[in-house]
Order: sequence, then structure tokens, then C-alpha cells
Amino acid sequence: MDNAFIISILIITIRAGTSLLYATLGEIFTERAGILNLGVEGIMIMGAATSFAAAYYTDDAWLGLATAVVIGSILGLVHAFLTVTLRADQVVSGLAMTIFGTGLASFMGQRLGPGRTTMIGLQSPSFERFPFPVLNKIPIFGPAFFEQDILVYFLYLLVPLLWFFLYKTRPGLKLRAVGENPRASDSMGINVARSRYLYTIFGAILISIAGAHLSLGYLQGWAENITGGRGWIAIALVIFATWNPVRAVLGALLFGGINALQFRMQAAGTTIPASFLNMMPYIFTIVVLVIITWWEAFLKRIGAPAALGLPYVREEKD
Amino acid sequence: MLKRKVMLISVLLIFAVVLSACGSPAATVSEKTKVAFIYIGQPGDLGWTFEHDRGRLMLEAELGDLVETITVPDVSEGPDAEKAIRDVVEAGAKIVFTTSFGYMDPTLAVAEQYPDVIFEHCSGYKTADNMSTYFGRIYQPRYLSGLVAGSMTEANFIGYVAAFPIPEVVRGINAFTLGVKEVNPDAKVHVVWSNTWYDPVKEREAAIALLDEGADIITQHQDTTEPQKAAMEYEKLSVGYDSDMAQFVGDTVLTSPVWNWGKYYVATVQSVLDGTWEPHQYWGGLADEVVKLADFSPLVPEDIKLMVEAKKAELVSGDWDVFCGPIADQDGTVVVADGECMEDGDMLGMAWFVDGVVGTIPAE
Repeated sequence: MDNAFIISILIITIRAGTSLLYATLGEIFTERAGILNLGVEGIMIMGAATSFAAAYYTDDAWLGLATAVVIGSILGLVHAFLTVTLRADQVVSGLAMTIFGTGLASFMGQRLGPGRTTMIGLQSPSFERFPFPVLNKIPIFGPAFFEQDILVYFLYLLVPLLWFFLYKTRPGLKLRAVGENPRASDSMGINVARSRYLYTIFGAILISIAGAHLSLGYLQGWAENITGGRGWIAIALVIFATWNPVRAVLGALLFGGINALQFRMQAAGTTIPASFLNMMPYIFTIVVLVIITWWEAFLKRIGAPAALGLPYVREEKD
Repeated sequence: MLKRKVMLISVLLIFAVVLSACGSPAATVSEKTKVAFIYIGQPGDLGWTFEHDRGRLMLEAELGDLVETITVPDVSEGPDAEKAIRDVVEAGAKIVFTTSFGYMDPTLAVAEQYPDVIFEHCSGYKTADNMSTYFGRIYQPRYLSGLVAGSMTEANFIGYVAAFPIPEVVRGINAFTLGVKEVNPDAKVHVVWSNTWYDPVKEREAAIALLDEGADIITQHQDTTEPQKAAMEYEKLSVGYDSDMAQFVGDTVLTSPVWNWGKYYVATVQSVLDGTWEPHQYWGGLADEVVKLADFSPLVPEDIKLMVEAKKAELVSGDWDVFCGPIADQDGTVVVADGECMEDGDMLGMAWFVDGVVGTIPAE
């Protein structure tokens, strides 16, 4: 294995992992507030479709990204309204969001092109890769990590910021409290409904950006079913990361890199069965699931928010 | 008073609209034969379903006075398919084209219940008194596209993003490689299995792995254009598949083996209308134009075009076919002897790679 090989694998791993990581971070923050959002796949693909269409018609990738933010916040608001205000079942609302999102995005893909034709094959301005000054000169690490697009560089800032926010600030503490024990949080004077709204919307925005990175950064174009189940992988990654933004990086790189690696090994003519490598990330996820289910003490320390998926009703006793 | 008049007029207008909306389809039902198409994806995939839908549009253009078509997109293989097929029959369809391999058993099940309806299943092998199969010898234009790729590769490293390890895909890889080897014995075709029919991200990643490994031409067996787009971004060449992908990617797509169902759909529906339809197993080739080689990119030199056209003429004449010997497998063992040609049955079950392919067929 020479350097060029390692660098090319790393470049693809990071690029493929980027959209997974945005979606996973979004879902982590949503779940930390006690809201399970199974609509990741639907929100992601809506982000991909709308941001691409907006970038195409305005000729500006940034306006495409802004559209993804707006669409993400609307869909997040809908999910929050259904689950927090109306106390609808979170699983049902999330699944409805996925079915609705994938259907509508597919429809948009067929109709939003010029003259109500398909968007497939259109080219819009996109987030191109560019070398980050100075840092890209570091051997191996530089070309792999610092010759990427702007949305990847954002992540380098976002991950430590989110980690710091979650574990080292008062609002972060309140967020975790809402997901653990909404009743106690309420009695402490935290507005549970408001923070659940806030983080569901914030999470959906990140999930929508994940979609925008697919159509404006990674694939640079629209394709039918562009997300291809990556939203579901992000939901699995939340568990893999045990609701920790930094551990999510590891998971996203693992899931993103495994394809790059196994395809590359096939291309080089090696004979390790591809299916073996393909199943590795899923096995890791199951192992993590087993551990956190069995090991309750472990669960209490770093695991699932205790009130995840449960509606909070102020007037009712637990 | 005025308000009343306005009210009355608007009610009448609504009645008129509703009546006219109801009227027209009722009139056509009695006259036209309904032809239904069951699709695995969306016509917007620009690949497999796109081509079937192009065939359907040709049918409408040619026999539009006599038939009307219904389409059901995104039908997954399995129990859903049986429901979808039954639904279109209940809706009055007299001819049903089911366009994916996995629809075979569902089609047969519905065919047994509705003996008066004609069923046409694409790419399978089961038939009944009212059910036929149809497919195309796409390996013939694939061989021709291999001639182009073999002539134009400089790295002698051609990447093939393969779908699933089934005979149809293996046959395509082998035919392509035979074309490559015919003009360039030093070139190798490297195979990467994506285990997908349609996943834009994975198919792009598979292509990039091949490009990073040194491929200078990419081809593929899935229904997206992503491998060709990746090749273009790497400033490398590609060969399309399914549809003429140069339309969606650009001149770096040298040519594409394409499906061309229109003629078959028109002829089949015509035979049903005439009452001459009989159950059949159709496997048409270049001579029937059910498969074609798309137009060449301007990047393909004139002498290569002429050479390919000459080979195409041989295939069309029927004097020679792609899998005529001598053909050796990867170990160098001669599988088809000089002067012999493979039988259709052997081709349909092909599970070995010809010499020149780098890669393995995973056990299913």
C-alpha cells in the first residue's frame, strides 16, 4: 500500500462520510431532546432535490444550500408540531415524513427541470473541492483532509462546536436534561416543548444539508433515489455513536470508507469477498446495540436519552 | 338577484366541467385496447425503465388510434408485483408487459387467472398459453462497444462496474471483453461488483475505485449515469449502457449498447389486435433492432467506426455470433472450440469469465 493509495481511499471516505455525518449529527441533537425522528431519509432527499433545483435556477450553490436549510426547518417544524404539540406517535410521524419526502422528491425530480421535464442530467453550480491553504501541504493528511469542498471544512468546525455545546455549556446541559427527564427539567424551569421544537428543527436542518451535500457536493447532480437508504444508516449511526457527536465521526468514516475500500480492492484484483467487508459496519452497530442493551450502567452514563420517543404531558403523572 | 344568477351560472359551469371530464374516457374505453406496462423504476432513471417507456411512447405514436397505454412505475419484485398486475387487468388491460426479471412468477400467477388477457414478461423463461417472454441480445452491441473501448484505451486498463453476479451480467462482461481482446490483446477488463441495480452513490464510488486504480475507460451494467459522470470528471472516457448516455453526460461517452423496444412492442400489440399472437420466447438481436449501438461520440476516429460497422454487418447477417470459438476462460482453457458456437441455453446460464477479465464471480 503506497501513499497514493491511502490518500485516494481517504479522500473518498471523507467525501462519502460527509453527508452521513451531517445527518447523524442532526439526528443526535433531535434524539438528545427526546424526539425520535425516523424521517431522516425523507428530509435528506428533500434537501437534495430542493437545493439542487434552487442552485440550478438561481445559478448559485449557496442559495441552493439556503433552500435546503429552509426546507429542513419546515419539515422539522412539521415533525415537532405533530409529536410535541399534538403528541402523535413519533415513529408514525417519522415514517410518514420519509414516505412523503421520498415520494415528493421523486416527483420534483421528474417535473422541476426546464419545461416540467426531468432534473436528471442537469448541471448546476456546485461546491467544488479546493485545497485549503497551508494545511494541504501536510504529507498524506493534507491532501486527504484539506483538498475537499466547503461543506466538509464546515464539519471540521461543527463537530467540536457541537461536542462543546452538548457537554460543556448550560444550554447543552439543559438539552440533555430534556431528553433524560422532561418532568424534572420542567420543574427546573426549562421550557420542554420549546427546546424539543428547537432541536427537532435544528436537527432537520442538518439532515437537509446532508442531502444538499449529495446533490451539490458529492454527486453534483440529481438522480432518482439519490439517498439510497443513507438516512437509515444515519439513524443506525446515532446508536453506533452512542449519541456523542465526536464518536459519530468515527461511524461516518467507517460506513463511508468501507465501500471505497472494498471497491478499490476489487478493482485491484484482490479476492476478499466484498460481502464480508460490506457487512462489517452493520456488525459493529449490532455489537454496540447489544452492549448498550445489556450493560445498563453503561447505558446510564453515555447511552440513549431516557425519555427518547416519549411525549411529555405536563398535567399527567409519570 | 345578480348573486343568484352568478351562482346558477357557476353551478352549471361546474356541471359542464364534470360531465366533460367524465365523458371522454368513457368513450375511449369502448374503442381502444388497453395496454399496461409494469415498471421496476421510474421512466426518469434514464436507463432500463426509460428505454421501456420510450418503447411505449413509440407504441402510442404508431397505434395510438387503436390502443391506449397505462403505466405503473416503482413496482417492487415480489407480492406487490402480483397485486399491481392484477390491478391493471381489473382496470381493463388486455395486454400486459411486465418489464423486470422478478415479475416472472407473479405474471404467471395472474396469467393463469385471466386466460383472455395476453401477458408479455421481459427477461424471464416461463411461458403459458397466454404468456410469452421477450428479451434482447444486448451482448451483441456490448461486443461492438468493446471493440471501440479496446481500440481507444491507452492504459490497457478498462473498468467495468458490474451489477449482480448473474448470467446476464456475466454474459455482458464476456462479450465486451471479447470485443476488447479482438482489437487489443494486451488490454484487461477489471470488474467491480456493486451489488446494486440502482444506487447512484455506490455506482459512482465503484467507478472512482477503478479510475483511481488506473482505468482510462469505464463501462457499467446499472441503470444510472454516475459511472460515466465520474469518468468525465476524471477526464477519462466511458461506454454507456441501457440508453444513449451521451445525451446526459457528453462526448466522453464513446457509444452505448442500448435497448430499443418500440418495434417489438408495436409488432406484438399488432399481432394481438390481428388475432395472430401466439406464445413465444423472443430473444432478438441487432438484426431485429431490439438492441442497438448508439451513435458514436465525435471522439471516436473514423477508421474505428468503419471497423465496428463491418463487425456489426457480420452480426446482423447472422453468419457469425459473439460467442463463436475459439474462446478461452480465465485459466486459458478453451471452452468454445474453433468453428463452434455456444447454444442459447449455455449462454443463458453463463457463469465463467473469458480470458482478459480481471475479477471473480462471487458465489451466489
